[in-house]
Amino acid sequence: MSKNLRITNDKFIDQTSRISFKFDGKTLYGFKGDTLASALLANNIHLVGRSFKYHRPRGIMTCGSEEPNAIVQVGNDASMTEPNTRATEIELYEGLVASSQNCWPSVNFDVGAVNNFFSPLIPAAFYYKTFMWPASFWEKYEYFIRKSAGLGRSPTEPDKDFYDHRYLHCDVLVIGGGISGIIAAKTAAQNNLNTVLIDDKNKLGGTTLFQQNECFKINNTYSSEWLKKEIESLNLLQNLTIKTRTTLAAYHSYNYLLARENLTDHLSLSEKQNKVRQRLWKIRAKKVIISTGAMERPLIFNNNDRPGIILSSSIKKYIDYFGVKCGQKLSLFTNNDSAYETAVSLNKSGVTVNSVIDIRDKTDSLIVRQAERLGIKIYWKHTVVNTSGYKRINSIDIMKLSDDGNEVVGKKFSEDCDCLGISGGWTPRVHLFTQSGGKLKFKDKDNVFLPDKSELEQISIGSCNGDFELDSIIKNSVESINKFLNINNNDYKNLEIVCSKELDKKNIWLLPSDKPLGKTKPFLDFQNDSTASDVKLALREGFKSIEHVKRYTTTGMGTDQGKLSNMHALGIIAETAGVKMGELGTTTFRPPYTPLTFGTIVGRNVGEFFDIIRKTPIHDWHEENKAEFENVGQWKRAWYYPKKNESMHEAVQRESKAARDSAGMLDASTLGKIDIQGSDASEFLNRVYTNAWSKLEIGKCRYGLMLNEDGMVYDDGVTTRLGENHYIMTTTTGGAANVLSKLEDYLQTEWPELDVYLTSVTDQYATVSICGPNSKKILSKVIPDLDLSDKEFPHMSFKNASINNVKCRVMRISFTGEHSYEINIQSSYGKSVWEKCFEAGKEFNITPYGTETMHLLRAEKGFIITGQDTDGTMTPVDLQMDWIISKKKYDFIGKRSLYRSDTIRDDRKQLVGLITDDPKEVLEEGAQIVSETNKQPVEMLGHVTSSYFSPNLNKSIALAVVKNGKKLKGHKMFVPMKNKTINVTITDTVFLDKDNKRLNA
Amino acid sequence: MFLINCPYCGERDQSEFSAGGEAHIIRPKQPTELSDDQWAEFLFMRKNIKGVQLERWNHAHGCRKWFNMVRDTSNDKIHAVYKMGEKPPIK
Ligand SMILES: [Zn+2]
Repeated sequence: MSKNLRITNDKFIDQTSRISFKFDGKTLYGFKGDTLASALLANNIHLVGRSFKYHRPRGIMTCGSEEPNAIVQVGNDASMTEPNTRATEIELYEGLVASSQNCWPSVNFDVGAVNNFFSPLIPAAFYYKTFMWPASFWEKYEYFIRKSAGLGRSPTEPDKDFYDHRYLHCDVLVIGGGISGIIAAKTAAQNNLNTVLIDDKNKLGGTTLFQQNECFKINNTYSSEWLKKEIESLNLLQNLTIKTRTTLAAYHSYNYLLARENLTDHLSLSEKQNKVRQRLWKIRAKKVIISTGAMERPLIFNNNDRPGIILSSSIKKYIDYFGVKCGQKLSLFTNNDSAYETAVSLNKSGVTVNSVIDIRDKTDSLIVRQAERLGIKIYWKHTVVNTSGYKRINSIDIMKLSDDGNEVVGKKFSEDCDCLGISGGWTPRVHLFTQSGGKLKFKDKDNVFLPDKSELEQISIGSCNGDFELDSIIKNSVESINKFLNINNNDYKNLEIVCSKELDKKNIWLLPSDKPLGKTKPFLDFQNDSTASDVKLALREGFKSIEHVKRYTTTGMGTDQGKLSNMHALGIIAETAGVKMGELGTTTFRPPYTPLTFGTIVGRNVGEFFDIIRKTPIHDWHEENKAEFENVGQWKRAWYYPKKNESMHEAVQRESKAARDSAGMLDASTLGKIDIQGSDASEFLNRVYTNAWSKLEIGKCRYGLMLNEDGMVYDDGVTTRLGENHYIMTTTTGGAANVLSKLEDYLQTEWPELDVYLTSVTDQYATVSICGPNSKKILSKVIPDLDLSDKEFPHMSFKNASINNVKCRVMRISFTGEHSYEINIQSSYGKSVWEKCFEAGKEFNITPYGTETMHLLRAEKGFIITGQDTDGTMTPVDLQMDWIISKKKYDFIGKRSLYRSDTIRDDRKQLVGLITDDPKEVLEEGAQIVSETNKQPVEMLGHVTSSYFSPNLNKSIALAVVKNGKKLKGHKMFVPMKNKTINVTITDTVFLDKDNKRLNA
Repeated sequence: MFLINCPYCGERDQSEFSAGGEAHIIRPKQPTELSDDQWAEFLFMRKNIKGVQLERWNHAHGCRKWFNMVRDTSNDKIHAVYKMGEKPPIK
């Protein structure tokens, strides 16, 4: 630490506790209370990065969240490293490791800096224009651009930290703990309102906290002293919650806000252990008071980006708060009064202030007079035309401004300095206001956008609302708060306030130089390296909309969203285009206000909590028996059960053969199950399914097809009549939730007169399906007292039964075309019934099979799977399922749509079977089907929807949708693939057991 | 993120609800008697108003009830909610 850059200042910095940290591999020291930026400055380190495009050396420029240059990588651990962090916001802790980004190989020797010498060749949109063509070269360009630009490194390992999400409800949320925010929070809490005050810094108080100047006093003490007492009094308030180190990230409609609370980033590595790192607060506030303050603007002049050029108010904070001198010999450059506060602070701390260069004519405010009294030299109506010094500023060139301010006149002279403070006035932080949907208005006098209309219960107070002077801040804030909260607080009425008043204003968005614009580098967006010349070039090239100029020049597109100089970009565009700034409008500031880590956004929803996993009651058995699983929606379904070294194909062939030769079993628990009861249950089913239900006998099952109102197939499944007014409907696994919602919708909104109640019972029942020629023998062992004769228990019927005194429902239904049963039993008994069936089936080589074999077996029978063979454009007629459409029913969902001119076309895509000429050739699902091979372009007639090698038929089979397919049976078609064309023939969709003999075998 | 006043449960976060499009589109009682154009009018045509719109909402992760809402689509202001079958309280 360079001793001579620190002054004694024990108010905010604990100068007795030394902290060691590493920056770019070098061990340095700072104090408790420092930020990384203040500690670096105290070590005389200004150069912290390289600019994005030209790789110009860049230094710390601010002391807050708007910092464009001091963007560093924190940590070097593969899982904990974090890029794009602002050095001005990082609190110093023992063991902190940080490094510059955006430079290669090092910040002091940077390969990309050669861009700077070629910069006349790198105008706006250079990257777009040059590297666009030929497109195939982009990958090569990108490697070098990324390597030499590099916006930090992502962690390569999973984040080890914990993050939280929590909800917070309050009457009043106050954002920003500066002087007006503190007044607001205190007033609200004192009036029995449940109040929350948040601030992104570690201490409340804003800039008033360290304001110790005779020109700014309240009740005869420094404004900082007065505010200190106010802050202390907050601790006594019961209704007030204060959250420091908490950044408001997003402000949504209905006063829903997201705030990120930083809990451990300021702690040493050992103190961080096992603690929640950051917490995302989801806040719902009845009323919101925005008191986010203002940020200082830079000035736009030639070479205004050198390390050592810092915002004037930041220099003041570094000296008054952190006790750090940003240099030994400073110059200040301003268009307003606030630079004089900095000059006075520096002077009092024993720092040499060369001069203040002020673009205004002589003015005579309290603070200017104070500076003059201290003997500080002021150049009125002058401007800086150039700066020198490569890695650190070492001198500035100064010239007199012409009367109109458009050019410089007289003789150029130089001044040596190691730091230049700049102040271009103040920009209210209206970002959150605009995020919330608020509309801005432009105030010409101050050249600022201010909050205007909002639809929400909110106000903006203090300097974010355009009040920049102490007395008006307090007076107007109190007035607004009283009105907004509908109270009458007189506590601040009779304060005796002294404050310096700004008497003159002058603003020049782009300051003139003695060189023409093309030969200068007045930077606008420091992070994205765009200059005023780039913006003017874009305008010359015909860009008019601010949003287009922004994207073309990348101004305001960095991680800081161009907070610092967006106003200048707007100003220059307005001037050049000859429009008023208020008419030009602003760009939109989007959430988050400052970048959020992914960890904060996902909170605890990581790993197994990322998405819900649904497991059937029989899942453990599948796992024990080495099943491979497939995701079906959130369900884990057994896919196939490989034995020893079996491939998936081998396992599926074995399972499929066993199910038809003897017996197979399937866990069908995932099928959706809806319990339907009520005196109108039959009528309800009549209306939702295409077929008729009134005459279904109790104890019988029926397959149903459900359409959307547009006539397209939506879902299918078997529904069983359990009693006079009681049905159980099954749906597809993936469609369960949507079918229930759809049915509820119709019941509640279209047919409220129906007496019907729907209950999802999917999770309440486990379903064990046994199929194959020996299934009857196996079931008779499991439930001996059940009469399984075809007469008593025919296909498509149901019986109540019990297994070891546990009631169950047995349906004789089949999705494989085999003689088949489904046992439905309370979930908790699912696994034991499964095991019982497996035991009983052992003598018949019962083979558990998964979803892949299920799909193969049903394809052999030509049964559709909605969502695989249908895609929301298939009617039942397209599926050749005309038989399931009731002609007698007056109406059902989708009926009318089946007679629309489009749905009755006979050249629609229709479901057909495909047989390959080579029986061993298995088609790819999704492959296109054409009728000619030597014509280009060729019409694509359809595509393969399901395709398998059938071990039971010993040949390849497929289902497909083909235009006019019904009429093309027997026709030859072609399936062109990458390296060959496969010859196929269109067939019927049923490949096996066309007369359904096996169902009763 | 809206704060929606479910007519059955009270104020809840928008994440508990799902939107169901324009309200008061009554399913024709005798669809078979409609022309293709008339049926298409019911099936496809929606106003998609910029301004005050009557909409259907479902408290999907709550009471699962459907209800109607008067919402200004230009500023997301919810003017009223009302139960299915009731007349819109304001227009
Ligand atoms: Zn509800």
